[in-house]
Amino acid sequence: MTAAGVTGVTPLIETRALNVRFGGVHATRDVNFSLAEAELRCVIGPNGAGKSTFFKLLTGQVKPTSGQILFRGKDISRMQPHEPGRMGIGIKTQVPSLFNGLSVWENVWLSAQRVNLPQRAKDVTRTTLERVGMLAESEAITGTLAHGQRQWVELAVVLAADPPLILLDEPAAGMSDAEVARTAELILEINRQHALVVVEHDMSFIRMIAKKVTVLHQGQVIREDTPDRIMADPLVQQIYLGKKPH
Amino acid sequence: MARFAASWKSAALCIAIGVLLLIFLPNVIDDFTLIQVTIYLVMSVLAVSLGFIWGFGGILCFGQAAFFGLGAYTYAISVVNMGDSTVPFMLSIVVPALFAALLGYVIFYGRLSDVYMGVITLTVTLILFNLINSTAGPEWKIGNAPLGGFNGIPAIPPLNWPGNADESITPRGMFNLSLGLLIVVYAGLRALISSRIGHVIVAIKENEQRAQLLGYDPRAYKLFVFTLGGAIAGLAGCLFANWGSFTSPTIFGLAQSAQIIIWVIVGGLGTLMGPVVGCVLIQWLTTQIGTQQTFNSNLVLGAILVLFVLLVPKGLVPSIGMLLERLGRRSAPAGRSSDAKPVALAKEQQA
Amino acid sequence: MDLAAIVVIQVLYGIASLVIVSAGLAVIFGMMKVINLAHGEFMMLGAYATLGALKIGINLWVAIFVAAPLVVGGIGVLLERLVIRRLYGRMIDTMLATWGLSLLLVGVVTSAFGNTTAGISTPLGSFTVGAYSVSVYTLLIIGVAVVLGVALRAVLLKTQLGLIARGTMQNPAMADALGISPSRVYMVTFGVGAALSGLAGGLLAPLTGVVPTMGGAFIAKAFITVIGGGPAILAGLVGASTFFGAINQIAAFLSTPVFGEVALLFAAIVMLRLLPQGITGRFFKGSL
Repeated sequence: MTAAGVTGVTPLIETRALNVRFGGVHATRDVNFSLAEAELRCVIGPNGAGKSTFFKLLTGQVKPTSGQILFRGKDISRMQPHEPGRMGIGIKTQVPSLFNGLSVWENVWLSAQRVNLPQRAKDVTRTTLERVGMLAESEAITGTLAHGQRQWVELAVVLAADPPLILLDEPAAGMSDAEVARTAELILEINRQHALVVVEHDMSFIRMIAKKVTVLHQGQVIREDTPDRIMADPLVQQIYLGKKPH
Repeated sequence: MARFAASWKSAALCIAIGVLLLIFLPNVIDDFTLIQVTIYLVMSVLAVSLGFIWGFGGILCFGQAAFFGLGAYTYAISVVNMGDSTVPFMLSIVVPALFAALLGYVIFYGRLSDVYMGVITLTVTLILFNLINSTAGPEWKIGNAPLGGFNGIPAIPPLNWPGNADESITPRGMFNLSLGLLIVVYAGLRALISSRIGHVIVAIKENEQRAQLLGYDPRAYKLFVFTLGGAIAGLAGCLFANWGSFTSPTIFGLAQSAQIIIWVIVGGLGTLMGPVVGCVLIQWLTTQIGTQQTFNSNLVLGAILVLFVLLVPKGLVPSIGMLLERLGRRSAPAGRSSDAKPVALAKEQQA
Repeated sequence: MDLAAIVVIQVLYGIASLVIVSAGLAVIFGMMKVINLAHGEFMMLGAYATLGALKIGINLWVAIFVAAPLVVGGIGVLLERLVIRRLYGRMIDTMLATWGLSLLLVGVVTSAFGNTTAGISTPLGSFTVGAYSVSVYTLLIIGVAVVLGVALRAVLLKTQLGLIARGTMQNPAMADALGISPSRVYMVTFGVGAALSGLAGGLLAPLTGVVPTMGGAFIAKAFITVIGGGPAILAGLVGASTFFGAINQIAAFLSTPVFGEVALLFAAIVMLRLLPQGITGRFFKGSL
């Protein structure tokens, strides 16, 4: 039963029986996923569970073998790779994907200017950089920044296009505790106007932000519930055997 | 230094130098040298076409000579048929552009990788060479113009003032036109690069995936760049056909394509002046080598290409720029660390 | 009926010559992902080595099958040590540097031996099929291509060298951990590829004449065959050679040799558009 069936409202993004196979690997199995407008969901799962693949399916970088992906009711599963971005899906990738040779300002501006007129694009760039706290580094060449800063720049790049759906693949990876806390704050603030799907490993970080968590294992959704109930679930604990919850 | 190179100041400087040369050079050198200089200018337009699509668009075309040759042949064939050179001039730009658009469509919308780009463009230029080379018999002609096969097309009627087929261009006029067009092409490309479209083009070269994720369609932008490069190369071809009043199939050959690449590598990838510098230098060198017997020009050019790829991968202009920057830093006042952040962008770059 | 036999022989010959011309490049590209644009010049060097060996009295067959591969293999190893190994992983730079090497080699040979075409008379004579005569050398080429294919397969599958080579190409770090020096494997592989190119040059020398610029005629075809073949070295080589060779010969038969060349090149573009990974990117996946 899809979210639409329950509440009568079209989900922001929805997958139906989504499958993808690479050669012999069945990376995504029959995934039924649904996210409402401005909802925040965390996706967890051990390495190889298919989280990044799932994101690539949503952004159009990987084409599904079967099944559908619906964005506001429209099937986007067979679109060209640049179209989901145009339609309003932004992603911060696991390994920051930025224009390393260009300045921070240029990176964010390139995102803003696609959806805004020139003068407004400059304003949006400035305010977005302020929002993530990177305005002071506007002139810096992105490739020279520290990892944590690059994550924030990428966040700004994604925000600048004002997409209704934002995918974050490990936004807190490699950050100090202080940076992690700030990122959680930022995400909650962003959630006021955007839907977010966040892939993360750090359970304490997840507790800071999520009300609902989807657990992936070997390409399948095995549990979907609140963070506390997920943590207590024996199946989840089993697949994470050997991993200590933070 | 990179900032200077990218700012409008360096463009203005280059254009100023160009205009000065345009005004004063014919007065200080004789007609014969002027003709020699003109071929350097014509080839510089060709060099800039590859420098643009490669350095800014990230497209390595192994067969830029194909568009060059198409421009020359299109001009030759149409001017023989039409008499007046105005339409042939335009055709020599449009036909290669259309060809580039078609080829670009196959390559970019087929999402073929860089390596395949190299194979296909190499192959296309060879197809053209093979085709045209075999058209020697008198039955091979378009309208009144025999293709000439390996003999080429001789005695090509030169450009004339639009509408007046009797007033054809003089050597000095040829110089003015070539340098003038080089300046226009240079200025136009610099303007394009600093425009919004230009920024997207450079971004796509920098990280195509991220550009795609932001909603830009790389295929369309690359197609645009490639087509424009083809048009400019075609223009150079037209000028070339006028300069020598002659064109032959070797214009489509591997050697010609290799030369263009060598110019860009030696001069520097990532700037527009670099390819010009590389072109003039290598052309001059080739002429010098041609006057003596010891060293074969293939040998020297090949050695240069290998050495540059191994030792000076950025090319001359950027390397000299980096050197100047380092010297500048060393003479800077004490207290400035050598790891200083790059100088702030000129504000106009954010516009 | 006779005509049919002739056409079949010509097509087989076309396929066989593509196999022979491309084998060296296939080994180097397939194993090392190095695009060696000096491949045509390696062939040219093989032809000149054959010529030189003949001049000092060596038997033609020894010249072709022993002298040419040895000389060019040696040159290949030298160039790999001096130039190629500094550019591993940089595919475009390798293409550019080997293009430079190609010009350099043409220049060196022109300076040393001059610009004129030297001939080697085609041995073995000919035989008749009905109203047509066929050169026995043509059959030899077909035979050598078959032997080459079989030998390559045997070396790759059954010998220790082949196993080491395949293992290193799949996973250099692992090979390193097992005490095999990847650098050494690359050197030997490049040498073998060069030797194969030299052999091809020697074999084709009697048919094309020996001139410094002879390599240019082969590089495009070899390049196309190898890229069109896809990731599997042998299956790709055979598959692509068959496809392109047949098209080339049939088109040439139906009109002119030039058109045959054009048809091959055109087929390459169409094929790459439809099968971007080459033939063995889609079919015969996972084969050798």
